[in-house]
Amino acid sequence: MAYFIQQLVNGLALGSIYGLIAIGYTMVYGIIGMINFAHGDIYMIGAFHAVILFLVLGVLGITWVPLALIIVLLVAVMLTAMYGWTVERVAYRPLRGQSRLAPLISAIGMSILLQNYVLLLQGARGKPLHGIVEGAVPLFEQGGFTVQISYMQIMIVVVTVGLMLGFTWLITRTPLGRAQRACEQDMRMAALLGVNINRTVSTTFVIGASLAAVAGLMVTLYYGIIDFYLGFVAGIKAFTAAVLGGIGSLPGAMLGGMLIGMIEAFWSAYFTIEYKDVAAFSVLVLVLIFRPTGLLGKPEVEKV
Amino acid sequence: MASKAADPPVAPLDVRDLLLRAVASAVITFFLAIGIVGIELVSAPTGLTFDTRFIGVGTAVAFAFFGYLALGLLHARRIWPVVICAGVATAVVVAALIGIERNPALDHLLPFESTVLNWGSVLFPLGLVVRGLYLHVQARRQARGVAVAADTLARLRRSVPTWLGAFMLGAAVVLPFLPFADRRLVDICTLTLTYIMLGWGLNIVVGLAGLLDLGYVAFYAVGAYSYALLATNYELSFWVCLPLAGALAALFGILLGFPVLRLRGDYLAIVTLGFGEMIRIVLINWEWFTGGPNGINNVARPSFFGLPFERSPAEGTESFASFFGLEYSPNQRVIFLYFLILACALVTNFFTLRIRKLPLGRAWEALREDETACRALGINPRNTKLTAFAFGAMFAGFAGSFFAARQGFISPESFTFIESAVILAIVVLGGMGSQVGIVLAAIVLIGIPEFFRELMDYRMLAFGIGMVLIMIWKPGGLLAFREPTVRLHRPGR
Repeated sequence: MAYFIQQLVNGLALGSIYGLIAIGYTMVYGIIGMINFAHGDIYMIGAFHAVILFLVLGVLGITWVPLALIIVLLVAVMLTAMYGWTVERVAYRPLRGQSRLAPLISAIGMSILLQNYVLLLQGARGKPLHGIVEGAVPLFEQGGFTVQISYMQIMIVVVTVGLMLGFTWLITRTPLGRAQRACEQDMRMAALLGVNINRTVSTTFVIGASLAAVAGLMVTLYYGIIDFYLGFVAGIKAFTAAVLGGIGSLPGAMLGGMLIGMIEAFWSAYFTIEYKDVAAFSVLVLVLIFRPTGLLGKPEVEKV
Repeated sequence: MASKAADPPVAPLDVRDLLLRAVASAVITFFLAIGIVGIELVSAPTGLTFDTRFIGVGTAVAFAFFGYLALGLLHARRIWPVVICAGVATAVVVAALIGIERNPALDHLLPFESTVLNWGSVLFPLGLVVRGLYLHVQARRQARGVAVAADTLARLRRSVPTWLGAFMLGAAVVLPFLPFADRRLVDICTLTLTYIMLGWGLNIVVGLAGLLDLGYVAFYAVGAYSYALLATNYELSFWVCLPLAGALAALFGILLGFPVLRLRGDYLAIVTLGFGEMIRIVLINWEWFTGGPNGINNVARPSFFGLPFERSPAEGTESFASFFGLEYSPNQRVIFLYFLILACALVTNFFTLRIRKLPLGRAWEALREDETACRALGINPRNTKLTAFAFGAMFAGFAGSFFAARQGFISPESFTFIESAVILAIVVLGGMGSQVGIVLAAIVLIGIPEFFRELMDYRMLAFGIGMVLIMIWKPGGLLAFREPTVRLHRPGR
C-alpha cells in the first residue's frame, strides 16, 4: 500500500509535467488544427534556458533559492515564449490555409532544426544541474517503507494546479480567451467579427511555449539533467496525453497528462521499466478504440 | 510566374516602417540568441560552468537586421541596392575564405569561427542576389509584354512530370555505367532509390488513401528484421525471403490497421506514430529474438539468382564473376544492388500507376476525398483502408529486406521516428501523390545531403531548414500539379 501511494505521488508529479506540455499541443491543435511537432523542442529549449539562467544567477551572486527560482521562471518563460512566437511566425503562418500536411511537415522540419541548433551550440552531452531544490516530507511509514513527497514534487503539483486555475480563468473569462475560442470555432467568421486572427494565434503559441518553459524548468529541477533530445520523447508523450484526453480539450490535456504519468510510474514500478512507453501507447490505442475522439473530446460531426 | 497574370500590386516602400520592423526582428533575434547562442554550457569536473559567446549573438542580430531589411526591399522591388550589397557581402566572405590560408588577418572579415558555417552563411546573401536578379528579369519581361501566354506555360508545366520522369528513368538505367560513376555515387543513388521506393509505398497510404501514417518506418523495420532473421536462422535466400518479408509486413499493416479503422485524421497519425515507437522498443528489448540494441550482424547478401558475388566461390559452385567470365570486382555487387532497388522501386511505381485505374485505387482516392460519401456509395471503408495499409506496408517490407541485405547489419537505431518523418516529408514535399515529385524530393532530401556526410551535424540542421523553406516556398510540394485520375469532361473545356 505504501509503495502504491509512493508511485501515485511520483506519477502525479510526472503527469503534471506532461499535462503542462500537452496543453500547448491541444491549444494549437484547437485553434489552427495542426500538430505542432516542434512543441516538444520548445520545451527542451525552456529547460536549457533554465539551466543557463541558474548558472548565470549563480555567477551574479543570487543564490537565495526562492528568489533565483522566480527570476529563472520569469526570464526563462519570456525567452522561451519568444521561440514559440518566432516558430509560428516563421514556419507556420505562411502556411495557414494550405493543406493540412504542409504545416505538419514544416513543424517536423522545425523540430529537427531546433534539436540540431541546440546540439550544435550546446553539445550532445547531458547537462547536469543538481541540488537547487532538495529534501522531502515523509508522509507515513508502513512495513519499513517510508512514503515521502519531495519538495520538488510539491512544487510541481502546486505550480501546475496554479497555472491550470489561472489558465482556465484566462480562457473562460478574458477577451483574449473569448477571441481564442471564437477562432477555434470558425476562424473566418471570427475575423469578420473583428477578431485579430494573427494576434490570437500568436498569443496561443506564446502561451503554449510559456507553459512548456515552466515544464522545462520543473523537469530540470526534478531530474537534474537535460540534453538536446529531451524534447522529442516528452513531446511524443505529451501529444499522446493530449490525444488521450481528447485533442482540443484543455481539461482533457491535463487528464491525459496525469494518466500517462500514472501509467508510466506504475508500469515501471510493478512491471518492467523498458516497456513503459509501450504501455502508454497501448492504453492510448485501447481508449481510442472505444472512444475515437479521446476521453473528453467532442465527437466530430462530419457534414458532407 | 507569368501564369499569375494578376500579380499582387507591389507595396510602396515605407522606409520608416521597414526600419522599425527590421529593428524589431533584430531585437527578437537578440532575445532568442542571448541564452542558447550567447552562453555555452561546459561540463567541467567541478560541475557545470559556462563560457560566453557574445560575438555569436552579435552576428545573429546583424544577420536578422540586414536580412529583414534586404527581404523588405526586395518585396518593395527595390532590387539593385539589395543585389549590390548582398553581392559585395558574398564576394567579401568568399574571398576571405579562399585567401585565409595565405593571410590569417582576413579572419576578421568572417562572421563565424567555423569554416562550414562561413560557407553556409554565404548562401543567404547569394540567395538574395539570385532572387533579386530573378525579380528584375521578371519585371523587365512584364514591362516589355513578352510574358508567355499563361495558357502555354501552364500546359508546358503540366507536361513537366512526364518528360522529367522519362529522363530520370533513362538516367537511372545508364548511371552505373557512366565514366564518373564511382562506388560512392552508386551507393548514394542506391540509398536515394530506397527512399524513393519508401516514398512511393507511403504515397499509397497517404497520397492515395489519405491516411496520415507517421509510423511507416515500423513496416520497414518488420521487413528488414524478417529478412535478417529468416536468413540467419533458416538460411533462406534473399529471393525466398523477399516475398515473405513483404507478406509479413503486409500482415503487420493489417494487424496495426485494424484497431485504428475508426480513427480519423490526426488521431490516426498519433496512433501510427505510437505503433512505430512500440515496434522499435520491442526490437530493442526482445533481446534473444532480435539481438536487442546490438541488432543482427552478418546478414547474408543477396545473390544473382543463386550466383554469389564473391572473389573465390566455394568448391564446386560458381560466382557471378566466374559464371559470366568476368574479372571479379567489388563494384559488381554495388551495381547489382543498385539495379535491384531500381527494379523494386519501379515495381512500386508501376503498381501505384496501375492501381489508380482499378476499382480499388479509385476507392482509395474516393475515401481520401470524403469518407462519409464513400460509405453512402457502398464502398466498404474498412476493407479499403486495410488494403491501403497492407499494400503500403508490403512495399515498405520489400524495401526493408533490401535494406537489411544491402547493409548486412541492422539495429533498431535505423528505425526511429525521424525516418518516418523523412519519408512523409518526401511524399509531401514531392507534391502529394505526384510520383515524379517524390523522386525529386528524395533527391533533394536524401541524395544531395548524402554528399555532405562529413558535415554530419550541420547536415541535419540544414535538413530541417530545408524542410521548412521548401514548404514555405512551395506549400503544395515541388510538383504540385497532378492529372486527376478521372475526369468528367475533356481537359481544356
